Amino acid sequence: MTAFTINGRAVEIAAEPDTPLLWIIRDQLKLTGTKFGCGIALCGACTVHVDGEAVRSCQTPLQDVAGRQVTTIEGLSPDSSHPLQKAWIVEQAPQCGYCQSGQIMQAAALLASEPRPSREQIVEHMDGNLCRCGTYDRIISAIERAAQEG
Amino acid sequence: MTVSFKPRATALSRRSFLVSLGGAGVAVAFGGVPSPAQASAVAGATSGDFAPNAWVTIAADGMVSIISPASEMGQGVMTSLPLLIAEDMDADWEKVRVVHAPSDAEKYGNPGFYGIQLTGGSETMRGYYQLLRLVGAQTRKVLLAAAAERLNVPLAELGTEPGRVVHARSGRSLGYGEIATAQTLPDPLPQATEADLKPANQWRYIGRREVDRVDVPSKIDGTARFGIDIDLPGMLHGVVLRAPVPGERPENIDDAAAKAVKGVIRIVPLPYGVGVIGESYDAVRRAREVLAVSWTASSRVRRYDSARLAEAYRAVGRDLAQAGVPARAEGDAPAAIAGASRVIAADYLTDHVHHATMEPMNATALVTGDTVEVWAPTQGPTATQGFAAEAAGTSPDKVKVHTTLLGGGFGRRAEADYIIDAVSLAKQVEGRPVKVVWSREDDVRHGKYRPLAAQHVEVGLDAAGNIVGWRHRVVADSIFARTMPDMFKSDGGLDTVVTDGTIFNYRVPAHLVEFIRQDNGRDVGFWRAVGYGQNNFGVECTIDEVAAAKGVDPVAFRLELLGGQPRAQKVIEAVARMAHWERPREGRALGLAYTDAFGAHCAQVAEVSLDRESGEIRVHDVWCVVDPGVAVQPRNIEAQIVGAIIYGASHALYEQINIVNGEVQETNFDTYRIMRMSEMPRIHVQVTPTPENKPAGIGEVGLPPTGPAIANAVARLTGGIRLRHYPFLPERVKAALAG
Repeated sequence: MTAFTINGRAVEIAAEPDTPLLWIIRDQLKLTGTKFGCGIALCGACTVHVDGEAVRSCQTPLQDVAGRQVTTIEGLSPDSSHPLQKAWIVEQAPQCGYCQSGQIMQAAALLASEPRPSREQIVEHMDGNLCRCGTYDRIISAIERAAQEG
Repeated sequence: MTVSFKPRATALSRRSFLVSLGGAGVAVAFGGVPSPAQASAVAGATSGDFAPNAWVTIAADGMVSIISPASEMGQGVMTSLPLLIAEDMDADWEKVRVVHAPSDAEKYGNPGFYGIQLTGGSETMRGYYQLLRLVGAQTRKVLLAAAAERLNVPLAELGTEPGRVVHARSGRSLGYGEIATAQTLPDPLPQATEADLKPANQWRYIGRREVDRVDVPSKIDGTARFGIDIDLPGMLHGVVLRAPVPGERPENIDDAAAKAVKGVIRIVPLPYGVGVIGESYDAVRRAREVLAVSWTASSRVRRYDSARLAEAYRAVGRDLAQAGVPARAEGDAPAAIAGASRVIAADYLTDHVHHATMEPMNATALVTGDTVEVWAPTQGPTATQGFAAEAAGTSPDKVKVHTTLLGGGFGRRAEADYIIDAVSLAKQVEGRPVKVVWSREDDVRHGKYRPLAAQHVEVGLDAAGNIVGWRHRVVADSIFARTMPDMFKSDGGLDTVVTDGTIFNYRVPAHLVEFIRQDNGRDVGFWRAVGYGQNNFGVECTIDEVAAAKGVDPVAFRLELLGGQPRAQKVIEAVARMAHWERPREGRALGLAYTDAFGAHCAQVAEVSLDRESGEIRVHDVWCVVDPGVAVQPRNIEAQIVGAIIYGASHALYEQINIVNGEVQETNFDTYRIMRMSEMPRIHVQVTPTPENKPAGIGEVGLPPTGPAIANAVARLTGGIRLRHYPFLPERVKAALAG
């Protein structure tokens, strides 16, 4: 049994300790907003927060989150009210949308540590998150907007 | 393969709407009104709701449910298609709920795409536009007629405002919901013709920037449901270990270790691999890693070597004695070229490229007796019915397809291999749904890549540098031979999707286009923009070379060749202005390209620099002007064009699938490189609608010109060094620079 907190809720999971956190989140906890993209931390679709830090859940073994706080896109805000979520709608950032949970979680970690990032800081921080639809420019605009409007 | 992408029977004549050509153009008539029960089955409405046709259901509270018939893969059709109905029925967009269509080609097939449900080829908006607007217009007429009866006033005195029928003279009005409660349909049912469509100056939704996409809110909070998110009671999980070389079968399967993995239920030998069924994805994933399988090693694809084939295809292109199937033969181009005072000839190679949708291939299937249910992120529900039926041993009418959101499509999801996986495994555990998810490695190594292609382009010029003949030979495997065998045959072995882009709107006096098929046994598929993506490279680079030979500016030269075509000329002039074409750049250069793909006109200018030491090209800016005809959702068009430019730049600079001895060498995003945020050029898009023209397809048209614009810029930067092989890898660039 591995115990941790996810989106403010305490959970105990029976699974092999090396099971990727991604599959625990998706298949056991049924929080499917976190996506499987590559399985080896190359695309960022599976990004969640562990104790406030953005991590790739596909490369995070279950045992590593014992006793820690995990936040997924579903727990970012109760009602899509996080400044990034609001900005994402204003900028109409998503196309297919598949990578966007990971993009938003990656961006949220940036704004938590750097509330007024420069464009260069944004690009550097977001560069590990792939988007095949090519929504990068609107993602940058949305992060800049969220930083402005808070 | 016996199942084709396009079923033989055409369903058009049995549509719920009878579409026929009348004096006033296309007319829509009700052909059998669905009962409320049928309507609720379609739209998820409750009985008692008002369903004037198979597309619209109006609830008593005024909520209007509108069917979206096409797959949403990021291109925005889930918004733009229902919007057409809403526009002409004068619905209140705030009170519209979009419902995805079930698999039912008779009702919801695309009239512009053989009447089937297949989202692709940039045919969605083009194919449905007229029909859905007529559906909206007729719905409005039904509501008006019903209101006239209720209010007891002459029909001619009634008008509509969003969601209401209004009688201006008396000041009375009825909400659509109030009309719906009466449940009466006028008899006879009104007909709608083109004359009933709202004129452009009265549009409330079409062409408005402020109309947001309906799917966006679900895509920022994790609630959007993609195929991979399907979760059903009793659902099992599956993976398939595929033969490393297509066409081979498992010979010996040692599954002792795999069976011992906790949660594994069954190991299933398949004709093309070995399936694992289990209680969780983690279990089947682990089990597959310890499967020991030997393969038949008998496939002719073992001889497939993409680097060697590229050179072989190039040789075929050059060998003019090898006749091809003509795609166009106007005048006598070979004779004109033979008599020309100067000939410009070159070969263009384009490597295999992969779709790399962010959502890996996946599908869920449930087999119960002779019925099959499929939940899948698919571009082709109608074809899915056929393929799933074949895999389950039943008939297509016994297959129900639930199309989910697609985490990218780009043509890959027009295929059915991942659906066949799910159905084949589900058949082993009847009564329990099975979800099959491909790993990224499966996805990259077992793709349906764009064909490897060589183009030989030669153009004859007279003494003044005018074009006298243009010959374009496309050497590649065929996509249609596999996916549309009947059409391929009836076209005499011509693959029109592979040659797309060779037949252009430049005026040349003699034009020969040939397709020379190379069948080396490996499936090739539809990849965003398909033939245009490769052939526009050959065409637009050649245009620039001819302009250089003639000593004229590439912008002016194109304008001359496009005489009498103001839409084409305008986008080229506009993009040249936008990019300040005349202004020299220190250490950088501009290149231009144009396409008339998918009914649009699109011109781009790229600004590049080059590190001659490393051979790396940097694309700094791309300017683009696109004329989409009617711009149904202008802000979405901008997004589609930006995305396609990134896709186009990515494939021209980085992307390649290498196949050695039949095995794909790339495995994941470390080896199959796609463009990242830091590599993206600054992109400037101007949409210049011409509302008097029909809407063009906009999901793909932004892609073809990006590569040739980059190549043309490099040529202008380097005094004529030509890059003729996608992708422009640094070593290829250095080789070109070294001559």
